[in-house]
Amino acid sequence: MKETEKVIVVNDLTKKFGSFTAVDQISFETRKGEIFGFLGANGAGKTTAMKMLIGISKPTSGEAIVNGFDVKTQPEKVKKTIGYMSQKFSMYDDLNIMENITFFGGIYGLSRKEIKERGEAVIEKLGLREVAKKQVGSLPLGWKQKLAFSVALLHEPKVVFLDEPTGGVDPITRRQFWEMIYAEADKGTTIFVTTHYMDEAEYCNRVSIMVEGKIEALDSPKNLKKQFDASSMDEVFQKLARNVE
Amino acid sequence: MLRPWMRCSKNWRAMWNNFKSKFLGTNFKRFMGFVKKEFYHIFRDKRSMFILFGMPIAQILLFGFAITNEIKNVNIGILDKSKDSETIHITNRISSSPYFKIKNIVSSEQQIEAIFKKGQVKAVLVFEKDFGKNLKSTNLANVQIISDATDPNTANTVTNYIQSILQDYQREINLGIPGREPIEVRSRMFYNPELKGVFNFLPGVMTVILMLVSAMMTSISIAREKEQGTMEVLLVSPLKPLQVIIGKVFPYIFLSIINAIVILLLGFVVFGMPVQGSYFLLALETVLFILCALSLGILISIISKTQQTAMMISLMGLMLPIILLSGFIFPVSSMPWPLQAISNIIPAKWYNLILKGVMIKGVGLRFLWKETLILLGMTVFFIVLSIKKYKIRLE
Amino acid sequence: MQALRDITFEVKPGELFGLIGPDGAGKTTLFRILTTLLFADEGTASVAGMDVVGDYRDIRKAVGYMPGRFSLYQDLSVEENLDFFATIFGTTVEENYDLIKDIYIQIEPFKKRRVVALSGGMKQKLALSCALIHKPKVLFLDEPTTGVDPVSRREFWDMLKRLNSTGITVLVSTPYMDEAELCNRIALIQEGELLVVDSPENIVANHTDSLYKVAAKNTYMLIKDLKDFKGNKSVYAFGEFIHYTHSNSDFSEERLGEYLEAKGHEDIKIVKARAGIEDVFMALSEKKGTEV
Repeated sequence: MKETEKVIVVNDLTKKFGSFTAVDQISFETRKGEIFGFLGANGAGKTTAMKMLIGISKPTSGEAIVNGFDVKTQPEKVKKTIGYMSQKFSMYDDLNIMENITFFGGIYGLSRKEIKERGEAVIEKLGLREVAKKQVGSLPLGWKQKLAFSVALLHEPKVVFLDEPTGGVDPITRRQFWEMIYAEADKGTTIFVTTHYMDEAEYCNRVSIMVEGKIEALDSPKNLKKQFDASSMDEVFQKLARNVE
Repeated sequence: MLRPWMRCSKNWRAMWNNFKSKFLGTNFKRFMGFVKKEFYHIFRDKRSMFILFGMPIAQILLFGFAITNEIKNVNIGILDKSKDSETIHITNRISSSPYFKIKNIVSSEQQIEAIFKKGQVKAVLVFEKDFGKNLKSTNLANVQIISDATDPNTANTVTNYIQSILQDYQREINLGIPGREPIEVRSRMFYNPELKGVFNFLPGVMTVILMLVSAMMTSISIAREKEQGTMEVLLVSPLKPLQVIIGKVFPYIFLSIINAIVILLLGFVVFGMPVQGSYFLLALETVLFILCALSLGILISIISKTQQTAMMISLMGLMLPIILLSGFIFPVSSMPWPLQAISNIIPAKWYNLILKGVMIKGVGLRFLWKETLILLGMTVFFIVLSIKKYKIRLE
Repeated sequence: MQALRDITFEVKPGELFGLIGPDGAGKTTLFRILTTLLFADEGTASVAGMDVVGDYRDIRKAVGYMPGRFSLYQDLSVEENLDFFATIFGTTVEENYDLIKDIYIQIEPFKKRRVVALSGGMKQKLALSCALIHKPKVLFLDEPTTGVDPVSRREFWDMLKRLNSTGITVLVSTPYMDEAELCNRIALIQEGELLVVDSPENIVANHTDSLYKVAAKNTYMLIKDLKDFKGNKSVYAFGEFIHYTHSNSDFSEERLGEYLEAKGHEDIKIVKARAGIEDVFMALSEKKGTEV
């Protein structure tokens, strides 16, 4: 990574729900073209933190700058310049591939020409030409997720947020998905990703692990393993999360 | 000395337990466990509680006070081309009745349309020239009622009321004059002489609410189990289909009966609606209708996978036809024949007839056996169909 | 659509049997057939000696089933849920408390709390308690760990192991390949077909492809270059390494090392390694893919 341009800058970001602190003063930065793994147990505050970063949840205190925009005061600008894809919802099952592309391209203000060109390119690249007229719901999950990732990148955002993008996907497609992530990062897009597969944590340039609302560890997988005297990221994770209980 | 009593109660309990284990066994326990759970669902869901208890009261009051087809203080206009003692007399009579208020006195036909367009009056009464003279000399005088039929129901009622005032007047002036008995149209309103709208609406509202509570709530509650995935676990359990169905229905029978009582009490206390016939018959027929509605609810829930579908079918498939075709708002007899035919398959129509029969006319089963039998037949049909359609597996 | 094709397997009494495959492989359909919820188009199946079609009533008494989604009543408390499921199976919580004690004790402090307010881990424990409360002979758990974080997953498997040691036969499905080694025997399933049924040890031992772990500084370029390496059979990212297999015996670590160096890679590591279940799964499903 030659660039040092900061894409996400988070300072003491906090979210409280009544007396419960879901996210507790987290701070981190991500650089251009970085694959940033965002890990944590269920209920550790990952989702809440991510919602703040993509501008759909207002921080209680602290700040987060995404692509130079403050998520607190300029959430609409943040939303325009990021890509987002989640396991739960990525595309409309009852629309076909091109209809989905057109819809999402339209949301992000792409011109008709751009949508057509980029849409065709995606279909070509993923080898979906034969099924382009099929409803997305009838595609295998793996294809759907690869397509959703491409659609999230359609408007060429500087950073893309992936919320458990590979959950339940078969092992081979999971690898292909990660190869797409690598390729995109290589082009300079920052990837912000959550996952429950610990081997995927190893693919990230840097990984943060959240425990009970706080970031308890943040470094490259290599350094984290050294720091926790562990042989795998799984072990790092187990050690960190168990210590707390 | 509490001891003997305690022994007694223990005995009773022992006997009851004995009875349970002998005749009902674990199946009974299973069933009661299920019913208990259903009550938890109902009492913990604010929406259910509102539909069960808030809505009936709100609807009764709404229909009772606001949306009646009774008329009161309707504005009318007068075009009096004669201006003699007779027309003034009639005009006074009309304005002194509680139904009408004379808003405009117009002087020409052209003005009539203008006041209609402004919406100032619902009807205009036109006396012909020399009205009094004609009446005295030939006993034949013309009066014209022009009404605003934008709302045909009201127009009809207004016209009828004015006619009856005119007829009363005519009868009076003819009294004691021999040989002067013109053909007289006697119309008398039976059973509901004051034409109180509430008496007509209350049975209708009761029908709608019982249908809503029984059919919609049951159907949603079964569909909810499917949606949440709990149905899958219930299916893979020793619970029998019948136990699930009756367990679902049981709480609603209970709640619907309470509802019916609340509605009748409200009708009596707030609107003075009497029950002319037998209370016992009323209760029986009501329970029959509740069962019919519940079995319909089960049928809906069996064919719908999600709460949303169940709700849509209940609202579009049940509520609308009930409101429109059961005779609740629009009289069945004035519908075109295809709609009349369709109205026959709506249980609510028959219950509405029964209710009106028992509550307003005060007739007994001798006059209502046909309607009762039809309801009974429908209930059996729905139950049989439900059991046939109930799936012991997914898909 | 054909969700399952020609499935044949046996589970022995007291086994902890894993059905492993990605979403859409047919795991749920298979479990639903075995728990009498669906009919198979062809073929037969029996559970605890009873036919899934003819004896469905008896099977329903004898099995415990935890569907993929937590099927608990959200508006009922922990205690009320457990009571309810005990009652409909004709038993009481006290009667079989021993069986669930280990698991239930962890959520007992929250027994008055409604399920809707429980954390995912607690819901999972309650669902398991509810599925166990009638002391089933066979327990079916459909993807109990999907979407669950690694720590909670491990805890859950510890519970399963303890349960299994009391003699209950357990069938569990999962998309996580790393859970395979926790089972006595497993079936790998992909697109409605079983790839292999055996113990995890045997499956790995019977896999003959030589596997090499490769690492270099730039992982993305490494994958690209390995895919261009002549004679490559498979190139898959695996944690910090790339798992590489060659299509023929004509392979030497030196030659690959030189090739990568020439491509400008730094910090190159090439180590021969043992294949894991996931390697086997991918190799088998690739093979299936080329056969079709």
